[in-house]
Amino acid sequence: MGTKANSSLDANLGQNLLKQMILIRRFEERAAEEYTKSKIRGFLHLYVGEEAVAVGVVQALNQEDYLLSTYREHGHALARGMNPNVIMAEMYGKQEGCSKGRGGSMHLFDSSLNFFGGNAIVGGHLPLAVGMALASKKQNKKNITSCFFGEGAAAEGEFHESLNLAALWEVPVLFVCENNRYAMGTALKYTHSMEDLEKKGEAYGIRSVAVDGMDLLAVMQAAAEAVEFIRETGKPFFLVCKTYRFRAHSMFDAELYREKSEVEEWKKKDPIPKFKEYLLKENLISQALVDELERDVEQEIENSVAFAENGTWEEASNLTRFVYSELKQP
Amino acid sequence: MTKNVSLTYREALKMAIREALHKDERVFLMGEDVGRYGGAFAVSKGLLQEFGPDRIMDVPLSESGFTGAGIGAALAGMRPIVEVMTVNFSLLAMDQLFNNAATLLHMSGGQLNVPVIIRMGSGIGRQLAAQHSHSWEPFFAHVPGLIVLSVGTHEDARGMLLGALESLDPVILFEYTSMLNLEKEIPEDSGVVDISKSKVRREGTDISLITYGTGVYKCLEAAEALEKEGIKAEVIDLRVLRPLDEATFLASVRKTHRALVVEDAWKSVSISSEIVSRIMEKAFFDLDAPVERLCGVEVPIPYPKHLEDASVPQVSDIVEKVKKMIKP
Repeated sequence: MGTKANSSLDANLGQNLLKQMILIRRFEERAAEEYTKSKIRGFLHLYVGEEAVAVGVVQALNQEDYLLSTYREHGHALARGMNPNVIMAEMYGKQEGCSKGRGGSMHLFDSSLNFFGGNAIVGGHLPLAVGMALASKKQNKKNITSCFFGEGAAAEGEFHESLNLAALWEVPVLFVCENNRYAMGTALKYTHSMEDLEKKGEAYGIRSVAVDGMDLLAVMQAAAEAVEFIRETGKPFFLVCKTYRFRAHSMFDAELYREKSEVEEWKKKDPIPKFKEYLLKENLISQALVDELERDVEQEIENSVAFAENGTWEEASNLTRFVYSELKQP
Repeated sequence: MTKNVSLTYREALKMAIREALHKDERVFLMGEDVGRYGGAFAVSKGLLQEFGPDRIMDVPLSESGFTGAGIGAALAGMRPIVEVMTVNFSLLAMDQLFNNAATLLHMSGGQLNVPVIIRMGSGIGRQLAAQHSHSWEPFFAHVPGLIVLSVGTHEDARGMLLGALESLDPVILFEYTSMLNLEKEIPEDSGVVDISKSKVRREGTDISLITYGTGVYKCLEAAEALEKEGIKAEVIDLRVLRPLDEATFLASVRKTHRALVVEDAWKSVSISSEIVSRIMEKAFFDLDAPVERLCGVEVPIPYPKHLEDASVPQVSDIVEKVKKMIKP
């Protein structure tokens, strides 16, 4: 994918990206349903509304690149190509889950996809991302590390320490700030003295760009340029995606902190219909094919729930596995 | 017959780091002032010149950031040695150590290893007052997923890091700054230490002195003094505080039937609390007397020397306590 993502969008790619966004949307909606049935417990943070960010950024990466995310990471995992079955099973707590059921919704891991979580302490994974990129540099590997976090994390000390370290050490990290305007229930204007978050990256000498996170094509283009810059220079890049979550912070959130009208306003910018309309207009997809994609997604979601339902509980006698390594030698 | 060599605790630590750097090209040392300054305690002096800036990395004062970067580098196949200048600053990196290093293997269902080594200058005794005299061993030893080691002797200063290098799990090394200039003899061929086992430092039959860290030499000195009064004290250096090697101290208690646990850390909810509990659970009927403890007094450590000394067990306190326990 070059820098002219917009003009050279291939029909197959476009259809695939639309399908990914629909898959994430429907997967999240189904997860919410299963939560209300108590099939899924604990915290459940849904990505509905933010799909264009994960899909747009992840498609700019290759398989060798490392990816770290937050506790709102189902979308990134799906975009990365993780099987919906093992994600759903993980949320059910079954041992067939991607983390053997030990992590749940907030801790999806798949080392075969270089997907390193699923990190649930806000900002805590940014230093890890810097360290992973440092390792790549020391090992003369060409891969980059992509790290997703919210604007809430940008108020954490670990954000500032990590940006400084990444710039200082010149390591290949793509910092992706998903600015969805609310740190849990506290709005941007109550948490950041400087609301143009990209300026925080610039302050560390990091090339920084803000982009409309509700527009898949815009995210794709910005991500492609960012990745190209990182691969060429070995230096970090800070990409701020302005986005919005349509649903509550978690399943415990009564949404007292924002007006319904604001949510409705943002829903008009929904990235999925927007991208679908674009594909239809450009004759890159037909309505019949859209319908088919939606049916395929429905089937995949059904399959994932069935897979999770049929999953098995780990024996409690295994409880203390994975506290220390079972392998002894390096 | 193996020859002995005389060296300081600092020299022993440095020999271990050098050997690790030579032995494994994935190893690098990162920490505040480890390079150009030569290490806050001169442990890494000269290593920058010998190994270059890629392997001896000075870092900014960002404890959480660089500790997390060490964890990240370990995840991606390196073997970082992270020096947190002193244990006092480790509180700023607690999120990384407790929430990431200790949990990633488990949360990922066994997919991710975190072979990072964290070294920290620790302990009391240099008149540095409350914020710079912490004994945080109990904090770290509380956390499943970490391997917590206490470097109480020159032999361990020489070999524990090398033992830690063979682990796939995060290892926390407590080093003691008050011992840096102390000179002792160790066998010339001292090397890799088994980091799963405690060590009997002196054999005895009358009482078990169970300790770690700066307590080891204090207890050995006390045992020496007690010997002159006809009391044979056995000295157990726990040295691995998590996961505990209870077999070694339980075997000792079953032999001597008496135990005194000695540590600098505050008494409540300490390493000694755990040791005493295990003895109660597993060797109660082997005891001839109640187990006793000498621990840090529960006060922020004060600056004046006489008050600082009064805050932690001294050799004379150990001798007195043992005499009371044996000849009531």
